[in-house]
Amino acid sequence: MKAYIIQRLLSLIPVMLVVAVVVFFIIHLTPGDPAAVILGPDASIEEVNHLREEMGLNLPIYEQFLIWITKVVQGDLGWSIYMDKPVLQAFLENLAPTLSLALMAQIIAILISIPAGIIAATKRGTFTDQTFMIISLLGISVPNFLLALLLVLVFAINFALLPVAGFQPLSSGILPHIQYLILPAFALGAIQAALIARVTRSSMLDVLNANYIKTARSKGVKKNVVIFKHALKNAFIPILTVIGQTFGQLIAGAVVIETVFNIPGIGQLIINAIMRRDFEVIQGTILLIAFSYVIINLIVDLLYGFFDPRVRLSAKN
Amino acid sequence: MNAKSIYSDEKIVSNQHQYNKEQRSLLIKRILSNRLMMFGSIILILLTIVAFLAPVIATQDPLAIDASSRLQAPSSEHYFGTDNLGRDLFSRVIYGTQASMVVGISVALISGFFGMVIGLYSAYNRYLDHVLMRICDGLMAFPAILLAIAIMAALGPKTVNVIAALSFVMIPTVARVIRSAALVVKEQTYIEALKSQGASGIRIIWVHIAPNTISQLIIQLTYVFAISIIIEASLSFLGVGIPAPDPSWGNIIYEGKAVIYNAWWMTVFPGMFIILAVLALNLFGDGLRDMLDPHSKK
Repeated sequence: MKAYIIQRLLSLIPVMLVVAVVVFFIIHLTPGDPAAVILGPDASIEEVNHLREEMGLNLPIYEQFLIWITKVVQGDLGWSIYMDKPVLQAFLENLAPTLSLALMAQIIAILISIPAGIIAATKRGTFTDQTFMIISLLGISVPNFLLALLLVLVFAINFALLPVAGFQPLSSGILPHIQYLILPAFALGAIQAALIARVTRSSMLDVLNANYIKTARSKGVKKNVVIFKHALKNAFIPILTVIGQTFGQLIAGAVVIETVFNIPGIGQLIINAIMRRDFEVIQGTILLIAFSYVIINLIVDLLYGFFDPRVRLSAKN
Repeated sequence: MNAKSIYSDEKIVSNQHQYNKEQRSLLIKRILSNRLMMFGSIILILLTIVAFLAPVIATQDPLAIDASSRLQAPSSEHYFGTDNLGRDLFSRVIYGTQASMVVGISVALISGFFGMVIGLYSAYNRYLDHVLMRICDGLMAFPAILLAIAIMAALGPKTVNVIAALSFVMIPTVARVIRSAALVVKEQTYIEALKSQGASGIRIIWVHIAPNTISQLIIQLTYVFAISIIIEASLSFLGVGIPAPDPSWGNIIYEGKAVIYNAWWMTVFPGMFIILAVLALNLFGDGLRDMLDPHSKK
């Protein structure tokens, strides 16, 4: 297990490096002078030059990168010119709603998808199976912001059951918190649910055809016990992978969903920063999300090794 | 369980019955999946025709503002109603089809080309493989939509930039698929035979390996097309994609969001087109995969 962990940690270094380089250079794609763009058309040449000096834009590009990456490693992600505070602080202040939203979406997705996938697999080829799979295909085909708006049209405007938009922090009570988050979380989790259901189904089908399942059944073990105790446990690794991979996508999807519901999270932070051309905020936020995406995948991989000895043994060779 | 029930005639008969039933449901599934593929193909052909013939199909100028007829419900004059500036929504959605199809096809072609080159060379050359695949890993560490948003934030909202950003985001995925397909082909005996006869690397890659990865490429590109449509719509919805006043499905919905209380049609009609297009592409891709790649069949 130790060798496996070390191997996985080492493999992170090049990935993180590429992520950092990409994030750094994306901002330098901006046509024109960032200093002039930030100050707007009314700024004098001296002002622009002063800001260029302050931002280190006159240095060679590799030196700028080295300075930037040194700061990032020390936890300094830059300064928001518009909000006049450190990027990291702005990020942390906006993190809670996004995390709440992503977690709730994940819970909804898991609650819907795993039972649906199991039922579809055990009733393979039947009407139920096909209906579930068509619904999951639809789930994959609807962009989450569109599903969000359609849900708003039906549940918030037509039936007036739920709030149209807005957010209540957890501190104002769990019920209002959930009430405001339920539509966004469902819209966000739908694609995940569809993906997890598909993987659950195919993974369960693989396991259900295995000889040890047939043996268990022919020995007289009850069908439900076989499905839940013997099959599900072994079908779980691909399911776990897809849950891990899609959690990163949930955070990215939350960026879009938040703008639909005016939720004050990371998504609004990024979109506002884009509108105000607050480059260091864009840079820092994207970097943090990409890093957390990498970390989540790492955790999933490590859990893998934990659940499946074959994975960690293959790392040794 | 007692032994008798296992060997009883009833059980054998019911097993046979079960077997027949399974065979039949397999057949039904195959026909259904082909039917679904047929449905997908028809929708795709229709959407392509709509995109090409947009100037003919559109009933009015998609940019013509008419302040006196703002936010009118669907009628025989305006099939999909009018938007917040009184523009004919039907014509805008039709022209939006053109925009989305252009973005989707361009992204599929560009990322297909670069993904193929990168995938083939990294499958063939060990050293290149290490470098290129680490870069791909790094790029795939970004959630696709986020990387696209970041690039658009830097480049500014423009259709060409949307195509560039999405192609860049999609290349690593395509490269990975081509690489793993090419690695399988590379191990075949005939490649070894070609090498021993002294065929050049470039010849082996492009004449002997590349054609055997085409089916994988085509399957992957239908999905790239579908994802591009979703991400383009999302970018335009966020205001960093195809810029107003040019219509795209995403930016029509973006404008509709502000008036969602009074004008459901601004969300529902372009939304229906997005769902249809993506669904059709997914059905087409799944059908294609079943036909071209029998191993993946469940």
